[in-house]
Amino acid sequence: MSQHIINLIYLLAATLFMIGIKYLSSPDTAKKGNFLSMIGMGAAIGATLAAPEINGFTLIIGGIIIGTVIGAYIAIKVKMTAMPQMVGLLNGCGGAASALVGLAEFQGNSTGFTPFTLLTLLLSLIIGGLTFTGSLMAYAKLQGLIPSRPVTYRGQQAINGIIVLATVALSWLVFRDSTNILAISGVLVFSLGLGVLAVIPIGGADMPVIICLLNAYSGLAVSMTGFALSNNALIITGSLVGASGIFLTKIMCDAMNRSLANVLFSAFGKVDESAAATGEIPTGTMKGYEVEDVATILANAGSLIIVPGYGMAAAQAQHATRELADYLGEQGVEVRYAIHPVAGRMPGHMNVLLAEADVSYDQLFAMEDINDDFAATDVVLVIGANDVVNPAAKTNPNSPIYGMPVLDVEKARTVIVLKRSLNVGFAGIENELFYMDNTRMLFGDARSSLQKLLAALKK
Amino acid sequence: MNPETIIIGLTMFILACFAGAELISKVPPTLHTPLMSGSNAISGIAILGALLATGHPESFNSISVIGFLAVILATINVVGGYLVTHRMLQMFKK
Repeated sequence: MSQHIINLIYLLAATLFMIGIKYLSSPDTAKKGNFLSMIGMGAAIGATLAAPEINGFTLIIGGIIIGTVIGAYIAIKVKMTAMPQMVGLLNGCGGAASALVGLAEFQGNSTGFTPFTLLTLLLSLIIGGLTFTGSLMAYAKLQGLIPSRPVTYRGQQAINGIIVLATVALSWLVFRDSTNILAISGVLVFSLGLGVLAVIPIGGADMPVIICLLNAYSGLAVSMTGFALSNNALIITGSLVGASGIFLTKIMCDAMNRSLANVLFSAFGKVDESAAATGEIPTGTMKGYEVEDVATILANAGSLIIVPGYGMAAAQAQHATRELADYLGEQGVEVRYAIHPVAGRMPGHMNVLLAEADVSYDQLFAMEDINDDFAATDVVLVIGANDVVNPAAKTNPNSPIYGMPVLDVEKARTVIVLKRSLNVGFAGIENELFYMDNTRMLFGDARSSLQKLLAALKK
Repeated sequence: MNPETIIIGLTMFILACFAGAELISKVPPTLHTPLMSGSNAISGIAILGALLATGHPESFNSISVIGFLAVILATINVVGGYLVTHRMLQMFKK
């Protein structure tokens, strides 16, 4: 197949990817979009296999079979609650693939590179490498393999700075002599190290931002590989993915009213004596209630807004939530869901879980669409959410989350909070909401609490 | 690589960034997770580079081994990404 035809097929693939994203603008067309995108990928792979440069197929077929088996296995097995770490892991695979392609190019170097090619090759190696290990760290934190709390130590920033400088210095050596295998390996090793060290100080609840950012990096790495290989399909697709990752990163940061630099470097959520001291201890008492009392409140409600958080995912309570909501709906209660942009561990995490539990997407409302309705609502049911409903974000300038847009749940007539224990939220701060006069706490595992509530209502 | 190719490449890069941002801003929050896994799947396009690295050498050597690993990882990315996206999108019902 001639290179011109191949390039035209690449253009077709890039067009199908864009149409695929366009169809994601509505749940009705999204599935079709995903299929079109798959067809684009298939066409691009087919065209590449027909390229005159390809002489042997044994390793290619072997690699594709192994990759397909592993990819399909993990995609079918993964639980919906584990989707954030799944996306992290896949990001890591993409980053590693870009870095390896860059490495193979260096290995095959016989005639030397132009400076631009060399620059983009180095960037694909560095960005791909740190995306790989950074994603593995994010995976390990989300999966609970390592503590999700921020890990900090003395001189952390200085050490990271030195590694960055060392990477730049080694890159300069490669720039001078592109056959310097030792320097190339050094660049790769330092990039891998940087990925680990950059994610260690970031806490579990900030993972949505990191997953988005790594998504952007994996796209950027692909673009750089595309420049190095003069491959248009890689350049265009990589920039699409990069734009998507950056867009989502910005949404996440805005939803927390924090800058990206603050997320990356402040080790937010670290238990810090001085921060705890500036936070006001709320006055009033926290009122723990029994299941029967809470059931009575729900039975007498005319309207209900459910606010899910990471606790719902952790307790796998999405199905129990929907069962309770369905029962109340049948009794004539108007039921809606309010979704905060950073609820859960990745953008749209709550929406996917509720979709899995067969909740209609008509019932899910974004924060800005429902925030004015809390005042006219009888009951709000908070399931495993904490910082996103903390009124201190609006009232207490000393609070670490002051300025973050939050759901105005306290304006409802009654707020029921399902909470596992008395522990403070991720940000390590007290939540005044739990002490308010119109708040009723129901302690225990969210799923079993919801099941008990439903049983009590049916009695 | 001549300057002309570089400029064409950069032009495509910049235009695709803006086109991507425009398209993505239309995706509703409810589909943000499938958007991530779907764009994740297409970043597996790095597989094209992996295929060229693996299939190009006449004989089995260090390049084809590195390429082989890259093919496996990129395929996991592509297949896994599309499949989880499909699984999620199937669940979204009215």
